[in-house]
Amino acid sequence: MNKALRLSIALLLFGLAAVASADQLLMIRSSLPFAEAMLALQNAISESGYKVARVQNVDIGLSKIGYKTDNYKVVFYGKAEEAARLVEKYPELIPYLPLNVAIFAEKDNTILVTNRPGVLAEFFPAPELKTLFMDWEKDLAKILNKVRDAR
Amino acid sequence: MRYRIIIFLLLFLTAGFQAHAAPDGGELYARNCAACHGEKGESGIGVPLTLPSFQATASDDYLRKTIRLGRPGRVMPASTLSDTEIDAIVGFIRGWGRQSRAPSFPTTPIQGNVEHGSRLFATQCATCHGANGEGGKGTGVTFSRPRDQQIMAPALNNPGFLAAASDAMIKAILVKGRDGTPMSHFTGKESALEDINDLVSFIRSFEKIPKHLTAAVLETEQAVLIKDSPYDLATTIANVKLAAISNNFIFIREQRLAYGLVPEGQEDPRQHIVYFCNFNMLNSALATDPRVGLFLPCRITVVEQNGKVKMMAVNPKRLSKIFNNTELNALCDEMTKRYLAIMEDATI
Repeated sequence: MNKALRLSIALLLFGLAAVASADQLLMIRSSLPFAEAMLALQNAISESGYKVARVQNVDIGLSKIGYKTDNYKVVFYGKAEEAARLVEKYPELIPYLPLNVAIFAEKDNTILVTNRPGVLAEFFPAPELKTLFMDWEKDLAKILNKVRDAR
Repeated sequence: MRYRIIIFLLLFLTAGFQAHAAPDGGELYARNCAACHGEKGESGIGVPLTLPSFQATASDDYLRKTIRLGRPGRVMPASTLSDTEIDAIVGFIRGWGRQSRAPSFPTTPIQGNVEHGSRLFATQCATCHGANGEGGKGTGVTFSRPRDQQIMAPALNNPGFLAAASDAMIKAILVKGRDGTPMSHFTGKESALEDINDLVSFIRSFEKIPKHLTAAVLETEQAVLIKDSPYDLATTIANVKLAAISNNFIFIREQRLAYGLVPEGQEDPRQHIVYFCNFNMLNSALATDPRVGLFLPCRITVVEQNGKVKMMAVNPKRLSKIFNNTELNALCDEMTKRYLAIMEDATI
C-alpha cells in the first residue's frame, strides 16, 4: 500500500473516530423538579435492566451537620451477576463499583452527572472490558436521555 | 487505480456516515450544552447565550472555537464533535439572537501599549476580572453562583478564550459593553480609542502566561489506590474505620459491596465498603464543583481474595482530569493523600 493511501485511510479513520468520541463526563439537565427527576432516573435504570442498589443522601448528611444545601443524592446501580463476575476477574475495578449517577437540584431544574464509562478503558485496558464499558456507556446514554426527555 | 477506488469508497462511506448523522443543532445543544447553559440558553453557568448584548458581540467564529477548544481547566470541555455538528449548534444558538446577522470581526491584531493597558486594567477591569484576568471567584467553576448576579466575570487569561476571541471582538465588547451584565461600555467613560486598544493589547498579553498556571492538570497514571493489609478481613475493616476517624473523617457506615444488588444476606462476605465523610471538605468540594458528587461518599473497599486482604479506593488525583476544573485540583490532591494516609494507618 503506498504512503498516500495509508495517510488517506489514517485521516479518514481519525475523522470517524472524532465523530464518535466525546467528553469525559455525561451530564444532562432535566427540566423536571428534583423529586420527579429522581423518580424518572430510578425508573430509567430499572427499565434498562439494572437494579438501583442504594441512594446516598448527600444533602441530608450535610444538613445534619448544619450546612445549607439543596437536594443532592448519589444513586448507585448495577447488575448483580455482572458485578460478581467483574470483581472476581478484574478486582482492580472494585473501587469503581457499583456504578453511580450524581443528581442535584439546579434552581427549578435537575442536573444529572456521571463519568463516561468509556473513560474507564484508559484506566483498565483489557479488551473485554473495553466492550463492557462501551455497553455501559450506551445504556447510560439511554438512561440519561430518558430522564432528559421525561416531562 | 485500485487505490483510487478504495479512497473514493472510504470518502463516500465517511460522507454517508456524516450525512446519516444529520446534525440537529437543537438536539446536539440539548445533549452537549444544556446541562450547563440551560435548555433555552438562559444559563446555569457562563454568560446567558440568549442575551442580546452577547449575541451582538460574539461572532460565529468565536462560538465555533469556544465549542471546539472549551475553556481548559474551567468546566467547559473541549469538544470532539465534527465541524458540521459544531456549525449546527452555532446555528441553533444564533437562532436566539434578535439580530438577523451575526457579527464578524477582522483577525488583524490590534497594536496598543501593553503597559498602559495594564494600568487601565488594574483600575477599570481587575475588580471583576481579577488582577491577572483570572475571572471572578467561581467563574465557570460552579453551578451555584450567587443568584443576585446574572453572570460572573469570565477568565480573560484562559487559553480557550484567548484563542477564540479576536482582538477586534474584545475591542467591540469594550466599546459596547454587555447590557444586562455588570460589563459596562468604555465609550461612556470618556475613554479614548487608544486606551481601548491598550487594554486589548494587555488582555492579549495574557497569552504569555504559561498554560500550567491558567489550566493546570494533575499528572498521575494510577487510577486505583491499592494497599495490602497484613491483617485479616475483620481486623482490616475495623482498622480502616479507626484510621478514617483519626484522619478527621466521620464514619458513616459499612456495607457489603453487593448490598442492594442481591437479596440481603446473599452478598459476598469477603467484600466490604467502608464509607466515611469529612463534611467540611465535602461542603467545600461541592461549592467548588458539584459534579464531584459522583465520587461520593468517600469510601475504601476492603476485599479478601485468595487469602490476601487488600484496601482499595479510586484515585481522586487521576479523576481530577475528567472534571476540567483547575480549582478542584488541590482538593483532589488532598483527597488522594488522605486515602493513602488512612490505608497506611490501617496497616500499622
